[in-house]
Amino acid sequence: MSENSTIRALLDSAGLHEPGTDAARVIVHGNRVIGSRLVRGLEVDARETADGIEADISVRGGVRIETPIHMCFGMLPETGKQHIVLRVRMGKGAAASILAHCVFPNALDITHSMDAEIEVGDGADYSYFERHVHGREGGVLVLPKARVRVGENARFKTEFELIKGRVGRIDVDYETHVGPRGVLEMIARISGRGDDRIRISETGILDGEGSRGVLKSHIALRDRARAEIHNRLVANAAHARGHVDCKEIVQDEAAASAIPIVEVNHPKAHVTHEASIGSVDSKQLETLMARGLTEDDAVERIIRGLLG
Amino acid sequence: MRAEEKPIGSGRLEVRDLSMTLGGKPVLQHVTIDFWPGHVHALIGPNGAGKSTLASTIMGLAGYQDYEGDVLLDGESLREVPVDERARRGITLGWQEPARFEGLLVRDYILAGAKNGSDEKVRDALLRVGLDPERYASRAVDKTLSGGERKRIELASILAMKPRIVLMDEPDSGIDVDALNRIFDAIRDLKARGATVILITHSLTVLKQAEHAFLFCNGKLIDKGSIDRIGRYFENQCLPCDHQDGRESPFPVRES
Repeated sequence: MSENSTIRALLDSAGLHEPGTDAARVIVHGNRVIGSRLVRGLEVDARETADGIEADISVRGGVRIETPIHMCFGMLPETGKQHIVLRVRMGKGAAASILAHCVFPNALDITHSMDAEIEVGDGADYSYFERHVHGREGGVLVLPKARVRVGENARFKTEFELIKGRVGRIDVDYETHVGPRGVLEMIARISGRGDDRIRISETGILDGEGSRGVLKSHIALRDRARAEIHNRLVANAAHARGHVDCKEIVQDEAAASAIPIVEVNHPKAHVTHEASIGSVDSKQLETLMARGLTEDDAVERIIRGLLG
Repeated sequence: MRAEEKPIGSGRLEVRDLSMTLGGKPVLQHVTIDFWPGHVHALIGPNGAGKSTLASTIMGLAGYQDYEGDVLLDGESLREVPVDERARRGITLGWQEPARFEGLLVRDYILAGAKNGSDEKVRDALLRVGLDPERYASRAVDKTLSGGERKRIELASILAMKPRIVLMDEPDSGIDVDALNRIFDAIRDLKARGATVILITHSLTVLKQAEHAFLFCNGKLIDKGSIDRIGRYFENQCLPCDHQDGRESPFPVRES
């Protein structure tokens, strides 16, 4: 298959069209970079490795890239490994967002792992949206790991979303340290079914005075799927504020556990948490059914809202 | 009546000798009421009188399906009809405390029960309850909305559904004066379109929107008639009341 055909197949699987020519992009199939386009101020140095790629991505200080940078990591074969090593540097006052699609439409036995180091410089703004598109078989082991430093007055937002196709097994491990008046937001939205296994471990350390952080995990499980959520938010400085929010809807024989840990090490810091696990809320369900939706449609709409 | 809307047709609801026991306690006792299309009815009475229980039973909610007697819509029993099918036949309920839905957008909520949903329908429904569509259509029906805003959005979803029977539990709860007038406009609009409107209330202001009043106490319908006469019980806060302890009602059920 030619590189252009592979790009088209990956984008089609993700339900995407070719991005406009003004958007930066990097497309990786297995261990090959098969498409890239850069814009001013964005530097990408990607090297192929035996089972993936190693990439340094940086945005120069003061450069604000308005159009999201599109990245696509994927594999079309049924089996294989893809290991991504990513180092991201956002210079002082830089701004960029990355929309990453991880596409494994035919997977039967694929391991997709990522080791990321992310440095968000003072005053910088970096968003990373990772959307996974898997096939129906759930034969993917997903192992994303990231260590993030957010500078003074900087902002880091990450969203992990896997709501199309089967999860397979996923083990998210993110840890972020936030500097003075920095802002952190980590969101995971995952829908599991069959015998999917989901583990999320997210840690936010609010080291800087006036820093803020939100950890949010919204999970919907059906069939025999299992989920285990460990969200930990630590406030170490004055006026640090944080919130942990775990919500899981469990149906059929699925099971879930949520362990929100909040730790406050300064008398002027404040962290809250909420966690709920259970079936679909009966009042929500009856409200929508009292408008004429069938039970299945009402459940679908409630779950779509939670994951949306 | 709004020029573009046609009457929504029949919607005669009959409650026949309805009795229900919950947790060993009789919560409805031999209640018989006729509700008429194009009329506004009010169920009044103290807390625990059975008003909301009757509404939940008419709607067919879970936990309110085991009863004696019957509920009929246009002469047909609803006993075996589940809540969603009742809604598709034109019955709907507005809750005293509307549900919150994380992530569900106002526009999607409003269109949940609407046929041929469109942005225009969302806009129209929000304007009718006095909410700016530009500000509200794309918000989530979650805790960022006040109770009063959710109440109005719930009413908007009812209006978009164009129901034949509307049960509204405490329509004034959490609502400011200006918004309450919008809600009363909407009730009049539903009536003009021929809907059967049933209000559950403790409020004389809400009671005045109705044409027929039904006084409940201790699971029993103890009086029915004009709002002026029935309202007088409530002006005196139903006192003296000597039927809370389960004794027979001192008031004969009568028409006026």
